[in-house]
Amino acid sequence: MLGKGVGGGGGGSRAPKPSFVSYVRPEEIHTNEKEAAEKEVTLHLLPGEQLLCEASTVLKCVQEDSCQRGVCGKLVCTDFKIAFLGDEPALEGDETQFKNKIVGANDITLHCVDQIYGVFDEKKKTLFGQLKRYPEKLIIHCKDLRVFHFCLRYTKEEEVKRIVSGIIHHTQSPKRLKRLFLFSYAAAAHSSTPASPQKHTVMFDTLEDWRGELERTRGNMKYKAVSVNEGYRVCERLPAYFAVPAPLPEDSVSRFQGHGVPIWCWSYHNGCALLKMSALPKEQDEAVLQTHRSFLDGVYRVIHRPPYEMVRTEDLSSNFLSLPDIQTAYSKFKQLFLIDNSAEFWDTDIKWFSLLESSSWLDIIRRCLKKAIEVAECLDAQSTNVLLVEENASDLCCLVSSLVQVMMDPHCRTRAGFQSLVQKEWVAGGHCFLDRCNHLRQSDKEEVPVFLLFLDCVWQLVRQHPPAFEFTETYLTVLSDSLYIPIFSTFFFNSPHQKETSTGGEGLDVPSAPLHLLTVWDWSVQFEPEAQTLLQNPLYVEKPKLDKSQRKGTHLKHQRQLSLPLTQSKSSPKRGFFREETDHLIKNLLGKRISKLINYSDELQDNFREFYDSWHSRAPDYHGLLLPHVEGPEVRVWAQRYLRWIPEAQIPGGGAGALASSLLGVMEEVRRLQERVGERPQPGAGAGAGAGTPGLPRSARLSSLFPFALLQRPSAKPLLPTSGWKALGGEDDLATREDEFVDLGEV
Amino acid sequence: MASASTSKYNSHSLENESIKRTSRDGVNRDLSEAVPRLPGETRITDKEVIYICPFNGPIKGRVYITNYRLYLRSLETDSALLDVPLGVISRIEKMGGATSRGENSYGLDITCKDMRNLRFALKQEGHSRRDMFEILTRYAFPLAHSLPIFAFLNEEKFNVDGWMVYNPVEEYRRQGLPNHHWRITFINKCYELCDTYPPLLVVPFRATDEDLKRVATFRSRNRIPVLSWIHPENKTVIVRCSQPLVGMSGKRNKDDEKYLDVIRETNRQISKLTIYDARPSVNAVANKATGGGYESDDAYHNTELFFLDIHNIHVMRESLKKVKDIVYPNVEESHWLSSLESTHWLEHIKLILTGAIQVADKVSSGRSSVLVHCSDGWDRTAQLTSLAMLMLDSFYRSIEGFEILVQKEWISFGHKFASRIGHGDKNHADADRSPIFLQFIDCVWQMSKQFPTAFEFNERFLMTILDHLYSCRFGTFLYNCESARERQKVTERTASLWSLINSNKDTFKNPFYTKEINRVLYPVASMRHLELWVNYYIRWNPRIKQQPNPVEQRYMELLALRDEYIKRLEELQLANSAKLSDPSTSPSSPSQMLPHVQTHF
Repeated sequence: MLGKGVGGGGGGSRAPKPSFVSYVRPEEIHTNEKEAAEKEVTLHLLPGEQLLCEASTVLKCVQEDSCQRGVCGKLVCTDFKIAFLGDEPALEGDETQFKNKIVGANDITLHCVDQIYGVFDEKKKTLFGQLKRYPEKLIIHCKDLRVFHFCLRYTKEEEVKRIVSGIIHHTQSPKRLKRLFLFSYAAAAHSSTPASPQKHTVMFDTLEDWRGELERTRGNMKYKAVSVNEGYRVCERLPAYFAVPAPLPEDSVSRFQGHGVPIWCWSYHNGCALLKMSALPKEQDEAVLQTHRSFLDGVYRVIHRPPYEMVRTEDLSSNFLSLPDIQTAYSKFKQLFLIDNSAEFWDTDIKWFSLLESSSWLDIIRRCLKKAIEVAECLDAQSTNVLLVEENASDLCCLVSSLVQVMMDPHCRTRAGFQSLVQKEWVAGGHCFLDRCNHLRQSDKEEVPVFLLFLDCVWQLVRQHPPAFEFTETYLTVLSDSLYIPIFSTFFFNSPHQKETSTGGEGLDVPSAPLHLLTVWDWSVQFEPEAQTLLQNPLYVEKPKLDKSQRKGTHLKHQRQLSLPLTQSKSSPKRGFFREETDHLIKNLLGKRISKLINYSDELQDNFREFYDSWHSRAPDYHGLLLPHVEGPEVRVWAQRYLRWIPEAQIPGGGAGALASSLLGVMEEVRRLQERVGERPQPGAGAGAGAGTPGLPRSARLSSLFPFALLQRPSAKPLLPTSGWKALGGEDDLATREDEFVDLGEV
Repeated sequence: MASASTSKYNSHSLENESIKRTSRDGVNRDLSEAVPRLPGETRITDKEVIYICPFNGPIKGRVYITNYRLYLRSLETDSALLDVPLGVISRIEKMGGATSRGENSYGLDITCKDMRNLRFALKQEGHSRRDMFEILTRYAFPLAHSLPIFAFLNEEKFNVDGWMVYNPVEEYRRQGLPNHHWRITFINKCYELCDTYPPLLVVPFRATDEDLKRVATFRSRNRIPVLSWIHPENKTVIVRCSQPLVGMSGKRNKDDEKYLDVIRETNRQISKLTIYDARPSVNAVANKATGGGYESDDAYHNTELFFLDIHNIHVMRESLKKVKDIVYPNVEESHWLSSLESTHWLEHIKLILTGAIQVADKVSSGRSSVLVHCSDGWDRTAQLTSLAMLMLDSFYRSIEGFEILVQKEWISFGHKFASRIGHGDKNHADADRSPIFLQFIDCVWQMSKQFPTAFEFNERFLMTILDHLYSCRFGTFLYNCESARERQKVTERTASLWSLINSNKDTFKNPFYTKEINRVLYPVASMRHLELWVNYYIRWNPRIKQQPNPVEQRYMELLALRDEYIKRLEELQLANSAKLSDPSTSPSSPSQMLPHVQTHF
């Protein structure tokens, strides 16, 4: 085998420069078509998807009872995915109920590939660029944390070369935006897929949407939706429509291309608002600086005037996380879950907690949660507006702002509300998904999992307060997976402007109708209705409806009680911790103007503590303000997302799956009984089960990996740690001592 | 707040059983005293103090001391702040002197066995703390003052007798014993063979009582190999004992070797007997110096020996101390994980579970009989056998089954509760103290976390057991072995914890329990799944408050709803059948709460 590898390498270097372009050349595709036709039974191609290269007699290594087994089959690479087609038909019973219709268990979308390793003479090396030698084994680490091992030992040399270089090329070399599969799919599926309107999810791409949101939050008294950026005349980073303080003249928006203008995110029921602002460009010129300053002064004067509450500025560019921090932490953290084999699992198990800590991912989550609590404290306890400032207002601004809304606005804890929130703060808010996910492989430096961090923060809340959310952790997990499926437009653009210009016809081969792109919120694209019920939290109890006479319009469903007057309320009567002191403090801080002065003063920390402790000392109101716990033991690893593919971490017949099946079972039973009694299912009882409870597999076959995998380990044999005991440091004298100090006598 | 919560649970008890008792939960609330009292509990003193709450700062209150508890009421809010059985007190220290300065610097600092400290500040004038110190010392450590432990004064009556829960003959019969390979022997009826073993033992049929006596001479403290559990199908067994007395010279004992061979021969499926020595091999070797040791290959031919690397009682004690350091009073925040790791507590849990899994797997799928021992066979051995039995036998996962398991493997086989816990003893630094039983309960909790539907009992059940492990309200955990209990007539003179639990069973039930007979449970002994039992170890911290489990609550609601519908359905059917004048076909009325969830009707 060794000779083969070397020979292959030599061949590769001698052969005419491999032309990767050829993989997409039409004639090449034509030649592949015949083969593809033969394989049609097994290889499922999406509309517009094209087979690029393939290799047969590939062994996919599967872990079984701590030994590796090979499944023989074919490895293919298309312009959408890498797929393994096993020769053995999958056992019917092994099919998970929770099947993704787009990405199968053995499919890896090209964007989901994280790292590719080759094994050469038992040594693992990262593969990139052009190879001189071809590996005997290919290891693919995915962004959704799956790990695939493909053994190429029995594959023809020629095929090895083609598949390996094909996979490397298509997953790792920089791409142009227009080459995204998104476009070929949209063009091909164009006629076949009718546009399915996303009921309830607000996309925030019309003026109406913003007006509706202002109305829903009662922010419309002080804020207005503006169309000044229609056609992106002012700024390409801003959406076409957004909301600003009502008295703000529209021309001030265009003054610095949308920078330095407070943009409305959300209003709390006491009238305080959460605002964001991108910082003005850093200028050296004193004159320009002066202009900036007076411009900002003007803006502040507008928003400080009654009826506006005081504003506290949170500069997220300083005193908070940096994007490189997040990047470093996540790359260390994910490595803990990309485990190649059983030995590695048990070796790392013994130092698991310190490994986790040294990644500092959980600490970063804690800091985000704390920041959101601080902001919530200002809005709630101090009745102050909060203005988030960041360079482009499109990374940490999105994170903090949406986290605050999840905590403060129960509507954001419904599915529709959460999806609308992601649309508002992230998609319309211009979070650079394309760069942050590195979808185009253009710059590794830009790749920062900010959105994933947000989902992880939300997961912490979901874990701590399950009844408060209409969606489940499974929903969050599949949402995080959807980041890498290039048929949805949601996470494949840097801004609404970019989306519009790339799909608007201009510059496209097909100049006619604008492309219809799918949104990720159409869950039926990925999941059958049965599987979709797993996204719905059976514990969620809808807020009891208010008096029916108040019902009017479609928005009322989500409206909260508005007990507080809409005009400025000087202090919220519910809780007024040290009101005067804080007002004084805020005034002081504002007197010195702007952000950077806001350090963690003791007073601010005391406010935080008091707010936090007082909230946690009461029973949580799942339809009101919701705060997370941030103590050490309460910030956890999102086990479902991170551990789901690791067979060693599987608890056969245990874990959350067992509870879920009991719960769904009894819900179904209640639903049936209701039918038999001749009653319409009551909301909140059986109704949560929705269209029909999924036919859950028997609990013995469920595991902690549910719903992502049924029992992977076929036998009932327990897995035993293989690593030994860590030395007990200074305790050795104790360790060697006898349990009892009694002499055993009769020696 | 052990008993405070207990009385809360009791309030759920059934209405129709409060016949002759002072009140339903047996707690006599004298309003003029404002202190709850158990029958037999007497008030000793009360005093105005400042309670230095580690979370909310100094609070003025009045402390009441009875012969059972320390009770504190706030003077400001007139609410109960503390209700601590004196049994949990491990140490009472005076802090500050008559001349020390600073606010609240003079008083008492009380260290508890349940992961907390209590601090009281008193007035500096006139040695005001002296009598409180003396009274507390007297009643918290009655043994040092020739006073009885409270359990003997407790006059609580229950409508079920917890002492009847465990009947060894019945339990062995449940296991299918005796059979033609194993017999029940009364050789230890008067504790003559082994004073720390129960009177009734199960031994190989082919071993005579004379053999047993000879084997006893070669096993530490005469704790000979006896049967703990037999597999219902393949008839392999778990046998427990203490270490052989091999010593430096490598002594051999033909009787012991023959005895192990007899045990091996009761199982014909595998030609070897597997021996699990719970200790790290280094310790097992070191034990030779004091006369102990392990079964060597050359002496015991048909055996396979494995060491399970579980550390001794001292290491465990220090580990728990470190846990307390990181959770009380304040919980580590950003360095939580590395601090947790440095306590090694979960690492010990992992090793114990790993050991028990190995034992269970060997018996179940390895079809080999297993012999488990450590040094004396009353700490690590009890942990391993009882956990393996919990994994293998679903009966022990029910409430009564678990009580039987504890009663059998721990209490009757002489886990030295008195020495490990130090009931009523003032010597807080005694090297014999160690949280071995707590560690076992923690392992059970870890299993119940991993298999949330497999156990009939809930977390509260485990916590109640731990609370009364220290409280001295019941006789259940008093003394080191059955012979001592018999001398003290514990079953006649005290109440059993199982009486309290079994008369309020509903509060200790896990609603998700789904009975699955013959299912073997293997927890995953990986740090990825083990977690610190926050609800127990950090329960005093109001910031980490235990909320009622919402999933459980919702499930209970649904169960209630289901039962309501079943009732309505029956009423409907009854009405219909009445119309059809055929009332006999209606089903009998359902039991109010079905213990298990059946999916269909």
